[in-house]
Amino acid sequence: MSGQEQKPLPGRRVFLAGGAAAALGVLLAPGIRLIEVAAATGGQPGTRASAKVRWGLLIDTTQCSSDCTACVDACQTENHISGTAPTDSQWLRKVELKDMRSGRSASVPVMCQHCAKPACVDVCPTGASFKRADGIVLVDRHACIGCRYCMMACPYKARSFVHAPVDDQNPEVPRGKGCVEGCTLCVHRVDKGQQPACVESCPNQAMLFGDLNDPESAISQRLRTIATTQVRADLGLDPGVRYHGI
Amino acid sequence: MVSFAAIARSALLAAGLAAAVGFAQADGRVPRPSVSVAPDAGSCVAPPAEMRRNHMDMLKHQRDKTLREGERGAKVSLNGCINCHAGKETGSVTGNGQQFCESCHAYAAVKLDCFECHQPKAAKTSQGGQR
Repeated sequence: MSGQEQKPLPGRRVFLAGGAAAALGVLLAPGIRLIEVAAATGGQPGTRASAKVRWGLLIDTTQCSSDCTACVDACQTENHISGTAPTDSQWLRKVELKDMRSGRSASVPVMCQHCAKPACVDVCPTGASFKRADGIVLVDRHACIGCRYCMMACPYKARSFVHAPVDDQNPEVPRGKGCVEGCTLCVHRVDKGQQPACVESCPNQAMLFGDLNDPESAISQRLRTIATTQVRADLGLDPGVRYHGI
Repeated sequence: MVSFAAIARSALLAAGLAAAVGFAQADGRVPRPSVSVAPDAGSCVAPPAEMRRNHMDMLKHQRDKTLREGERGAKVSLNGCINCHAGKETGSVTGNGQQFCESCHAYAAVKLDCFECHQPKAAKTSQGGQR
């Protein structure tokens, strides 16, 4: 390092630059600021998660066969979860339900239910577990200390702890040892306007992804026409994942 | 153990080579960082002097915006750094002490934590993610 170019810490400069940026943030039109215009030209659809949207899933278990693991495989491929070691993360699993009296059985994919009032967020001591404006519940690994309190709080067993170092991450899905993680609803795909990997992979179209807040969305229309349930609705967490046929 | 020895050997060899061609500065015992940029990368998001001093703050600021507010396609992004600065042979910004992030952090003696979780390799980016 050459000594001549070093400047003192840029306290005042940064402050002045911040002031200039704030001045640029003046209102152009109601609700539109210059800074937001700049951010919106980043080239991605849906630049920010919007509170007007609530992402959810509708899973039709009558279309889900017990010997199919397409959604689980797609989840593991997308998020680079090896699924080989017994302690490996499990973002999505298939659960077999059987009514002992009648013998009727159903195969149910279970993942993070993306609750409106998530217990994992309530108990997190560092604020790492959080809910995005559009209802997707995530873990901020930068703040997660791996205490696993959220794993105990979640009634759906949706979260996993990463026990071993990870070295083959999807660049868009950072994962690492010492943090708790769970289904992200493929947030990196959703932000690009795509569907979650599990939904896309289902050969029977048993999973439907969409905006629960929009009455015209396909998922809302389907919810109006068929009987659906939330798992453990009695807990009052208001899951964003709904099931038909259980 | 074998791999560690191999790494140590190659590091010594590299240091020796650097010294032989006069690459290392006379005043430094630590090899100068190797700064590699992809040939077709264009210009960085900010001038080098600013990047050297402020890249950590830029990344930290943006990571919260991206993760918590879902802001995508911003100017600053870790994947953006990696795509331009990954080494030609390894395709990575870390690994053997000659790569962009790791060499400079070794020179400055600052621990590099990003790649405990983030993928240090370029190119796999969206295609790899989308299958």
